[in-house]
Amino acid sequence: MPEPIIKTVDLHKHFGQVQALRGVDLEVMPAQVAVIIGPSGSGKSTLLRCINHLEKPTHGHVYIDGVDLEDKKTKINAVRAEIGMVFQLFNLFPHLTARQNITLAQQVVRKRRDAEREQIARDLLARVGIPEKADVYPGQLSGGQQQRVAIARALAMNPKIMLFDEPTSALDPEMIKEVLDVMLDLAKTGMTMVCVTHEMGFARAAANRIIFMDEGLVIEDTTPEELYRNPRHERTKLFLSKILQH
Amino acid sequence: MSVMEEVSLARPEIKSRKTFSQQMRDFPWWGVVLVLGITLAFVAMLQSEQYRAALQFIVNPDNTTEIAAGILIKTGVRVTLLVTVVSYVIALVLGLILGIMRVSGNPILFHLSTLYVEVMRGVPMLVLILWIGFVVVPGLRDATNGAFELSRVQGGIAGLALGYAAYLAEVYRAGIESIHKGQMEAARSLGMSYVQAMRHVILPQAIRRVVPPLANDFVAMLKDSALVSVVAVPEILQSARLYVSRTFRAFEGYNSAALLYLILTLLFVFLVRYIEGRWRVDA
Ligand SMILES: Nc1ncnc2c1ncn2[C@@H]1O[C@H](COP(=O)(O)OP(=O)(O)O)[C@@H](O)[C@H]1O
Ligand SMILES: [Mg+2]
Repeated sequence: MPEPIIKTVDLHKHFGQVQALRGVDLEVMPAQVAVIIGPSGSGKSTLLRCINHLEKPTHGHVYIDGVDLEDKKTKINAVRAEIGMVFQLFNLFPHLTARQNITLAQQVVRKRRDAEREQIARDLLARVGIPEKADVYPGQLSGGQQQRVAIARALAMNPKIMLFDEPTSALDPEMIKEVLDVMLDLAKTGMTMVCVTHEMGFARAAANRIIFMDEGLVIEDTTPEELYRNPRHERTKLFLSKILQH
Repeated sequence: MSVMEEVSLARPEIKSRKTFSQQMRDFPWWGVVLVLGITLAFVAMLQSEQYRAALQFIVNPDNTTEIAAGILIKTGVRVTLLVTVVSYVIALVLGLILGIMRVSGNPILFHLSTLYVEVMRGVPMLVLILWIGFVVVPGLRDATNGAFELSRVQGGIAGLALGYAAYLAEVYRAGIESIHKGQMEAARSLGMSYVQAMRHVILPQAIRRVVPPLANDFVAMLKDSALVSVVAVPEILQSARLYVSRTFRAFEGYNSAALLYLILTLLFVFLVRYIEGRWRVDA
């Protein structure tokens, strides 16, 4: 039995009075693609952000490859370098070109030499389908192109895990597919992925797991087929009927 | 016809509809009047023997020399420029450090920096300069048995620089805080340390935003440099005061000082406008 690459134990996160997470136990195996769905405010983003320690849990533990992030001895920057994150609003560095966005962390975190990181940037831009945009600033790119650069930027670190927080929900409809296609290709390479998204087409095509969250808890954790055929909880049924309407 | 085409077609029309009074409003008449006025005043002053003497005393006196920062300074204008530029550079660096300390999560750095900024902003600049000139400088000299003695110019520079560092710290802090927090998160999620993220992601963006306000503060500092006259730094105002006390010609002395300040600040105001314009285009 292989070890889970991500493991959360009794994870709680409070923001003042708000209990964003109320005890999440989750295990993700290497090469699994897990999709997280759930209503707004149910704690999906908070869970992802606890996984790479952008949020410090109020209680409980996160283990990445068996390493406890709460342990004082854990080098959190080294762990984060192994976990790529893609944000809803892209968060590209606007003062750097697409290429520089991809090379910066390779330089300062991975300490790669100039030629190597430039080669990696070129390859990744080609892989996400915009090799011609290398020297363009984010402000001149469409949303879909920005998000693909953001994915390339994360992949440049050779992460073991990729986290996606609603990567397509800020995009115009015609750009959603170009981003999902990149994610789908990535899933096929055996990358461990945790994706918060309500793109059910993507879930069906790429995910081997679908996790439904509500009010800071995991309500259902199953396969996409099973969830459609036979949602166990009333809340899941209600939510699915809402998101499948469009 | 699409909305875009309508807009682009409508644009030249809007421009040509600008009324005569709007065009008059946009032209920098005030600048023309100011430059003309200064030129006329200057020419008129040069006709008068007394004014020539006053200007001569401030701009190019026979004696009163002091060495500051390794440079031999003799004239009021040069002392003013030297004091302003050196204080400003120190304040820029110190202010940046204080500004970063104020946004950092480290409680010690945060409270130290906040304490400094609030104390400095709570004391009038004039009082600060007097205090450094007449309390700190003699105190340091006595404590070190004369080994460490700041000159008057150095004391004046210290006062201005320490005071302005607090103001500039707030400018930097506002600039850093204006950068979306997603930028720091993206950088940290790539494995960068806080310092790396600050240096490569946050500061390059923040500095661009604070260049215009920082440039404005240079002009403010140029004017506030007159305050160091109270510790007998021989800059423009102090030279004018010396001249007046020797000749009892207040009119000529202070008019000359005011004119010289005005010329200097205007030069830099136009420079600041230019920098602001350039920066806006780049951004
Ligand atoms: N930084 C924060 N400060 C205060 N409350 C927060 C913060 N982040 C999230 N929350 C709250 O925590 C709850 C869960 O938020 P989130 O994880 O963003 O939900 P989701 O991503 O599922 O929409 C919400 O009620 C939200 O308002
Ligand atoms: Mg969210």
